[in-house]
Amino acid sequence: MEHANRRNMEYSPGDLAVEAYGLVKTFGDNRAVDGVDLNVRAGTIYGVLGPNGAGKTTTIRMLATLLKPDAGSARIFGHDVLTESQIVRQLIGVTGQYASVDESLSATENLIIFSRLLGLGRTEARRKAGELLEEFGLSEAAKRPLKHFSGGMRRRLDLAASLIAQPPLIFLDEPTTGLDPRTRSQMWDTIRRLVKTGSTVLLTTQYLEEADQLADRIAVIDYGRVVAEGTADELKMSVGTSSLHLTVQDAVDMGRARHTVEQVLGVHANISPEAGKITAPMANAGLVTDLLIELRTAGIGLSEMSVQKPTLDEVFLTITGHGVKEDDVPSSNESNDREVTRV
Amino acid sequence: MSSTIMKSGTERRLKNRTSFGQTVRNSLTMAYRGLLKLRRTPEQLFDVTFQPIIFTLMFTYIFGGAISGDVASYLPVIIPGILVQTVITTSVVTGVQLREDMDKGVFDRFKSLPIARIAPLAGALLADTVRYTIATVLTFSMGYVMGYRPGGGLGYVALAALIVIVCSWAISWIFAFFGVIARSASGVQGISMIVLFPLTFLSNAFVPVDTMPGWLQWFVNINPISHLVTAVRDLTNSGTVGWDLTISLVGAAVIVAIFAPITVRAYMRRT
Repeated sequence: MEHANRRNMEYSPGDLAVEAYGLVKTFGDNRAVDGVDLNVRAGTIYGVLGPNGAGKTTTIRMLATLLKPDAGSARIFGHDVLTESQIVRQLIGVTGQYASVDESLSATENLIIFSRLLGLGRTEARRKAGELLEEFGLSEAAKRPLKHFSGGMRRRLDLAASLIAQPPLIFLDEPTTGLDPRTRSQMWDTIRRLVKTGSTVLLTTQYLEEADQLADRIAVIDYGRVVAEGTADELKMSVGTSSLHLTVQDAVDMGRARHTVEQVLGVHANISPEAGKITAPMANAGLVTDLLIELRTAGIGLSEMSVQKPTLDEVFLTITGHGVKEDDVPSSNESNDREVTRV
Repeated sequence: MSSTIMKSGTERRLKNRTSFGQTVRNSLTMAYRGLLKLRRTPEQLFDVTFQPIIFTLMFTYIFGGAISGDVASYLPVIIPGILVQTVITTSVVTGVQLREDMDKGVFDRFKSLPIARIAPLAGALLADTVRYTIATVLTFSMGYVMGYRPGGGLGYVALAALIVIVCSWAISWIFAFFGVIARSASGVQGISMIVLFPLTFLSNAFVPVDTMPGWLQWFVNINPISHLVTAVRDLTNSGTVGWDLTISLVGAAVIVAIFAPITVRAYMRRT
C-alpha cells in the first residue's frame, strides 16, 4: 500500500470528502435520521459512533446513494448525492454491515464480476482479483464458495471488493461487528493502511474503543441526531479530566455506594454495565479520601479502586445520558436486521 | 497492496450518465454472473431438467390413447403443447430468483457501483434464456425418444424452439415485475402460479378445442398460449408459418413493451 501518488489526485487532503446538512429519513413514525450534519476532511478516518438503531446505517446508506434522504442534502467531494448520484458512485466504495458479496460464488468469481462491472477487461479483472485476494490474505480460499468462509474472511473479501476501483472515499458500516478480537485488530490495521494511501474512510461503529483507536474525528449519534462531535481527545476533555472507578464487593451495596459517592463528591455517578462498577468524574482528588472514609464507615467493602483518564465509554454515557444497554450487545444482529428491513 | 493495484486517480473520468454500450456490457456481465450461479448451484436446474421429462412421459401415456387413439399420433399434438407449457412455467422462476437475489446484500453493492441501473435486471433475464434452452432441448429429445418425428424437419424445429424461447423471455418480464414488487420469493411463486396455471391449461396445449364447451372455446381461442402452441405445431409438424406465429410474436412484443418499462421503473424506485 505504498503509493503516495494518491495524494496528488484531484482531491487534496484539505478538501471535504463528505458534507452533509440536515439529513432526515423517516420510516413510518420513526425518524431514523433526524437532521444529521457531517463534515469529513479528505484523507482522514471519521467515526460515527452510536448504539444500535441510532441511525448510523441509514445515514451511510443516504451518503452512498442507496437511500434517498427525505430532507437535507449531502455532497461527496462536492458532488450532490441526488443529482449526481452516478458520479458519486464512481468516488465511493461501500462495505455494508452484511457482506455485500455473492454467497453462491467463489471469492475470485465475486471480485472478477465486480471488476468487470467497473469496466476492467477480462485479463485485467482476473489479475486485479488475484492481487486483492493476495493483499487480503485470501489467496488460499480463493476458489472455495463463500458458504465456507468465516465472518472475518467475508468482511475482508467485502472490503477488497470495495477497493477495486480505488475509490477516494470508503464507507465501512460496522466493519468489525461480530469479529473476534484478533480478526478485529487485523481489520483495524487494514483500515489504517488504507488511509495511509490517501483514502478517506467513514466508518460506523458501536464500539467506543474502535472509534478511539481509529478515528481522527468522531461524531456521536443518538436517536438520529449528532449529539457530540470532535476528536477523541476533545470529547474526552468535555467530560472532565479523570474519573474514579470503584468496584463494590457485594452487589447489594451498589445503591448505597452510589448514593455515598454522589453525596461526597457532589457529582452524578454512573453504574457501568460491567456489574458492580461505579464510575464518577473526579473533579477534586482531595475528596476521595473523604469518600473512602465514608464508605468504610457505612460498611461498604470495596474490591477495587482506580483512577482513570476518561474513556469514550464515559463520554458516551455523559453525552447520551444512557449507556450502551447491555441487552443491545447480544441482540445486535437481530436489531440490525430490523434496521435493514426497514430500509 | 502494491502500487500496481492502484493506478493514479488523476485519470478518473467522471460522468453522470451511463452510455448504451456500458449498459450492454454491464448486462452481459450480470448475465455471466447468472450463469456462474447456475454452475455453482445445479439444483436450480431441476425444474428445467425433470419437468420436461416427467411431464412428457406422463401426459403422453395418460392422454394419448383417449385423445388421439394411440400414443404415436398424440405426439405431434402434445410435444408442442408440453414444450410451451414447460418453458413458460420455467419463466416464473426468473421472478422468484430475482426476488431472492434482490433480498441479498450483494444487491446493495450493485446499487452502489457506477453501473447501468437496469443491468442486474437485464442480466438475470438474459441468463435465464439458458434455462429455457435446456427445457426446450430436453422436451424435443424426450419426444424423439418416444417416437416423435416432426414433419417440418430439423430446421423448423429449431425455429420453433427459438420462438418459444423468445416468447418465454418476453413473458418472464411479467414475472420479473412480480419479483420486483413482491415482498417475498414465495409470494412471487404464489401469484405467478395462479396466473399461469389457468393460462396454460385453458389452451389447446393438451386437448383439441372442439371437445370443450362453447364458452370455454371462446377463451381458449383468444388465449395467447393457444396461438403460440398452434404456431409451434405448424412449424414442427408441417413446416408452415401462419397467422398464429405473427400473433405470438406481436403478443410477445406487446408484453415486453408494457412490462419492461414498468418493471424497470418499479426496480429503480425500490433501489
